[in-house]
Amino acid sequence: MQEEVLIRAEHVSKKFCRDLKKSLWYGMQDLGKAAVGISPSQQLRPHEFWAVNDISFEVKRGECLGLIGHNGAGKSTLLKMLNGLLTPDKGSIEMKGRVGALIELGAGFNPILTGRENIFNNAAILGFSKKETLDKLDEIIAFADIEDFLDTPVQNYSSGMRVRLGFAVAAQMKPDILIIDEVLAVGDMGFVLKCFNRMDELLKDTALILVSHSMPQIARMCTQVLLMSKGQNQYLSNDVSTGITRYYEMFGEEINSFSEGEKVDLSDITLLSEGNKGTRTENLLMDYAAPLEIQIEITCREAVEYMWVYLAFYDKEQRIFAEVNNFTDALTLKRVENKVIVSAYIPSLPFAQGAYSISVGIGEEQNGARRTLLRSQSAIYFTVHGKHHGWAPIQYEPEWKLL
Amino acid sequence: MNPHYKLYTAEAGKKSRYSLFSAPFKDLADSQGLAMRLTIRDIKSSYRGSFLGVLWIFITPLMNTLIWMMLNVSGVVRIAETPIPYPVYIFTGTMLWSVFTESLLSPLNQTTSSKSILSKINFPKEALILSGIYKILFNTGIKLILMFGTMLILGVYPDWHLLFFPIALFSLMFAGTAFGMLAAPLGLLYGDVGRIIPMATQVLMYMSPVVYVMKGEGVLQKVMAINPLTPLLVNARNWLTGLHSEQIYYFIGINLVLIPVFFAGWLFYRVSIPIIVERSGS
Repeated sequence: MQEEVLIRAEHVSKKFCRDLKKSLWYGMQDLGKAAVGISPSQQLRPHEFWAVNDISFEVKRGECLGLIGHNGAGKSTLLKMLNGLLTPDKGSIEMKGRVGALIELGAGFNPILTGRENIFNNAAILGFSKKETLDKLDEIIAFADIEDFLDTPVQNYSSGMRVRLGFAVAAQMKPDILIIDEVLAVGDMGFVLKCFNRMDELLKDTALILVSHSMPQIARMCTQVLLMSKGQNQYLSNDVSTGITRYYEMFGEEINSFSEGEKVDLSDITLLSEGNKGTRTENLLMDYAAPLEIQIEITCREAVEYMWVYLAFYDKEQRIFAEVNNFTDALTLKRVENKVIVSAYIPSLPFAQGAYSISVGIGEEQNGARRTLLRSQSAIYFTVHGKHHGWAPIQYEPEWKLL
Repeated sequence: MNPHYKLYTAEAGKKSRYSLFSAPFKDLADSQGLAMRLTIRDIKSSYRGSFLGVLWIFITPLMNTLIWMMLNVSGVVRIAETPIPYPVYIFTGTMLWSVFTESLLSPLNQTTSSKSILSKINFPKEALILSGIYKILFNTGIKLILMFGTMLILGVYPDWHLLFFPIALFSLMFAGTAFGMLAAPLGLLYGDVGRIIPMATQVLMYMSPVVYVMKGEGVLQKVMAINPLTPLLVNARNWLTGLHSEQIYYFIGINLVLIPVFFAGWLFYRVSIPIIVERSGS
């Protein structure tokens, strides 16, 4: 059972048209062809492009495929094809099992009707019978946790409450294949965690496809990633970390970090860990709790009287969570001239699995006042590989004791 | 084979002929519950936010009846003698006519109003069509109650022909839905269709015995006699009000022709939905 392939996509492609008038006219032509049973043409017509281009993959039961890529990379179009909402223009998709899709929560809600009535509307659209809904009603209400507002029209709900109710209904699905498109972005923290727990339960015996821009979420849940760019398969592998790194690299090119300061330039940065080396172009892949050495090469155009170096660690959400500096005279850099390489060695880096970036700040201290000479955001990226996929970037392994 | 197995492909040839013809019926069966739910939702929500509520179902046909009665009484329009009291004639006429026009527009309206869900959730689309039919049946049922009341007061009594009335009523819905499903996909792409249909039905109404009788030798009378809607309409009214059948072979013939049209419409509607979703997005 564990090995059965539930989703198989083979050379799937889909055309899209940028121009509305043309698009409608092509739609008419396609309708005409569909009416007489002719397959749509596989050639691009003027103003068309491949929104999804030759994508193939397989997902087995118990596996989770993460679909990542820029906005407009074709992820949603691919999801719609998997869900049977769109027909591929080329290739084929096989889905073996009941499909549940969390693409929009609360579909079928009518704003005038109460939350309770809308539970039935939403459930019916998701394919529950009236009896099934009645059986699960208590569970849905308990999960949504909005008893006080259950008999209030949904139009008076906040967006978070609507999502709660929608997810509570959707969470009752028992699909073989689950498709999730970033719906969990709303909702308060407690609810998001609840959703993840529920998804973990489902994951055990479903084949899951998850579209997300949240890399911790991808790292936490996925066994496989597909990185898409302009409709094409950029990277498909079981090596989720590398996939995530590639994803960041795509942005890395856009945010060119290497800046020149007025007095100093950051000329190079290198990461070292257990014999592995990372540069700006080639990401370091290091193990959990392994040592990390950061080497920064600074070129001074003018002598710097009293130099300080500041490093900050950011996670994929661009949250700063750790800092390193020499402010406490751990390393005194006096009268620095020409080129200097500074090294910071951290014996053990207890970071969760995922991609991180380091920002570098270089400054000068004069008469007790610090002044920034250079600041380079996301100067270098690296990826930690390991067993911990937590929400927090730092994962300790304490010594546990039963007292 | 897995009952939930689905194959999505561009090549029509890969899909078996069997699934092409059996899938619609399976989906129709699966859509019952959802259709009922959508009907309840729409009926509840459309009247909950209004003061007069369900009374609105009566108001439009009553106003229509009053207008035509006034036109008739004042002599602005001279209408030939009707076999049943004129108010009953108009009321049944407009009621039955609205069954046809509502059925015709319903697939388009139903699909348009759920466009946003269509592009996100896969559910049997038959539910939309079916729920449209349920809503029309609900409206018609309520109107019929009023109708029977009026008939009894005015001394029009139905006879055993009443048993056939549902057949004629369904024929009107059948005709409307068949063409409605053919028109809906086009209407979903181009807004023009949604404007043309009400206009066309307006014209068609005056070519049908809705508010006046088919009598005499005029051009309009000839058109009326050929109009395929005439036998459906006339027999529905006759069977409801205790009159005899008219143009019965024409009636049967039209229904036979409607069967393939209906299935063609249904299949066309089904294959067109992904194309519509593709073109209209979310």
